[in-house]
Amino acid sequence: MSAPIKETADAPVRRPVAKTPARPGDERSEGVVLNVFSHGFLALWALLIILPLLWLVLSSFKTDGQIGGSAFGWPQNWSLDVFGRAWDKGIGDYFLNTVIVLVFSVPLTMLFGSMAAYVLARYEFWGNRFLYYFFVAGAMFPVFLALVPLFFMVKRLDMLNTYQGLILVYVAYSMPFTVFFMHAFFRTLPTAVFEAAILDGASHSRTFFQVMLPMAKPGLVSVGIFNTLGQWNQFILPTVLMQPQSGDDPERYVLTQGLIQLQQQQGYASDLPVLFAGVTIAMIPMLVVYLSFQRQVQAGLTSATLK
Amino acid sequence: MRKGQHRFVAGFLFVPVALYLIFVIWPYIQTFGYSLTDWKGQSQTFKFVGLDNYKALFDDDVFMQAIWHNILFLIFIPAITILLALFFAFMLNAGGRSRAGGVSGVAGSSFYKIVYFFPQVLSLAIVAVLFNAVYRSDGGGLLNGVLIKLGLVDAQNPMEWLNEPKLVLWMLMIAVVWHGVGFYLVLFSAAMQSIPKDIYEAALIDGAGRNQSFFRITLPLLWESVQTAWVYLGIVAMDMFVLVSSMTQNMGAYGGGPDHKSDVMSTVMMRNFQYFGKSGYACAMGVVMLLLTLVLSVVMLRATRRDRVEF
Repeated sequence: MSAPIKETADAPVRRPVAKTPARPGDERSEGVVLNVFSHGFLALWALLIILPLLWLVLSSFKTDGQIGGSAFGWPQNWSLDVFGRAWDKGIGDYFLNTVIVLVFSVPLTMLFGSMAAYVLARYEFWGNRFLYYFFVAGAMFPVFLALVPLFFMVKRLDMLNTYQGLILVYVAYSMPFTVFFMHAFFRTLPTAVFEAAILDGASHSRTFFQVMLPMAKPGLVSVGIFNTLGQWNQFILPTVLMQPQSGDDPERYVLTQGLIQLQQQQGYASDLPVLFAGVTIAMIPMLVVYLSFQRQVQAGLTSATLK
Repeated sequence: MRKGQHRFVAGFLFVPVALYLIFVIWPYIQTFGYSLTDWKGQSQTFKFVGLDNYKALFDDDVFMQAIWHNILFLIFIPAITILLALFFAFMLNAGGRSRAGGVSGVAGSSFYKIVYFFPQVLSLAIVAVLFNAVYRSDGGGLLNGVLIKLGLVDAQNPMEWLNEPKLVLWMLMIAVVWHGVGFYLVLFSAAMQSIPKDIYEAALIDGAGRNQSFFRITLPLLWESVQTAWVYLGIVAMDMFVLVSSMTQNMGAYGGGPDHKSDVMSTVMMRNFQYFGKSGYACAMGVVMLLLTLVLSVVMLRATRRDRVEF
């Protein structure tokens, strides 16, 4: 039914436009001016993105005097020492701290978020609606609203400046969005598969882990990317929760927090190449991951936002 | 069977609900209570002071100024970001004209999409360090460097971008827009690609130019994504903590300089909480932030409401 319609709709399109455009001269000149303008603007924006980043990376090979002197000096000191120095000045530790936290927080977010979303999406029980809105409401409030009591709550649990404290807080604050998104996703999965699994004698939890969760993989990937980026780039929660509590308490800064810390220190110590090298080190994994998976990252973030 | 099902439901919900209750909901609720006390945060002793904190807020010039800065951000950050993103998205998806008269993106659009999106995966902390270097107040800053080369800025007397009361908010906005445009471009692109091509082609036959097809077709069909973008950018504009606290001068703590000309609600709140130790007062600020957020989202959704276009 649809094929013949498409054919007739397609055919006349090409002919009139190609052979007799409505007003040929007009159309063309408007096109040329717009093309020059828009191509110029597109290229300019691309340069505005690439050049500052490139300039920053190059700056890590300059000397401190060179950085202060002129913006355009070409680096003379092509040694990788500065990256080692930046790593020793803390970037290595900050990196490790971030990874330790995320290795636990992202899988736990996905697991607990999907479990709650699945139950809320597919089981009827008293209070279901209420619990769903209870979860989703959290997405509407600014984090700053909770900051002060949260600090004292974590303090009372004796988890300030600990990995487990930050992990639990990350998981809790990622819950609204994860539940909201996965809820919508589990609703779309066919009931027949679920019934078949139950009839075959699978328990409820077995059905979830072996049937429903694998079927929800596209949704999991989207929320997974969203949560990973969000937690990797989180700043305010670690700023409040990850500070040494006494003289002998070790620093457990995460990467974003550590970079800002490094910036403040280097301002006084005037060793800016170290700071730029630190930023370069922090940027490279993101660049590599992004370039290798850019389609998934873009699609994942977009669908996660549009839901 | 039924009994097992209840056990299963409860078992699956227990940990997520407990975590969420302890770390999110309970602190949210506590904030309202603490905002009515003179709690200093050091000990558990505090007095109930009623609405004193809220009254004090109205006399706090720094906080009032901060609200105003947030409102400026709320107007300009979404507007500029969305306009740029829409323009780029339209160029990259429908700007080109193939010889046959079909609609396609300009040449190189997939390259542009990859480059433009990159800042989005960088954290705002990295953006802050980058723009601090770009805005350096001597010839070593990229912006001053370029302007000196062009002869627009005196080499002996370069601009202190982040220290000019009139400029500092705009300099912060440039950094946020730079960070965000690529993401919204991709968001709008996805929405544009779901618009059937025949609509454009039909308009083309009727003699519609690029501008007309944008304003009469693309924008109305994209309205819902624009709304979403507006809400997300509104959240960014209400926050701004990373950039303000790390790029502007430290007045005591958490930036906001020069002379509080770039302070936003979040930085004032953090300063009162962690530097001045006024926990109760900071909680009152948190409540005001919530109220403003709620009012703004309602206003925004009302103002941009339109009939949904089906296609």
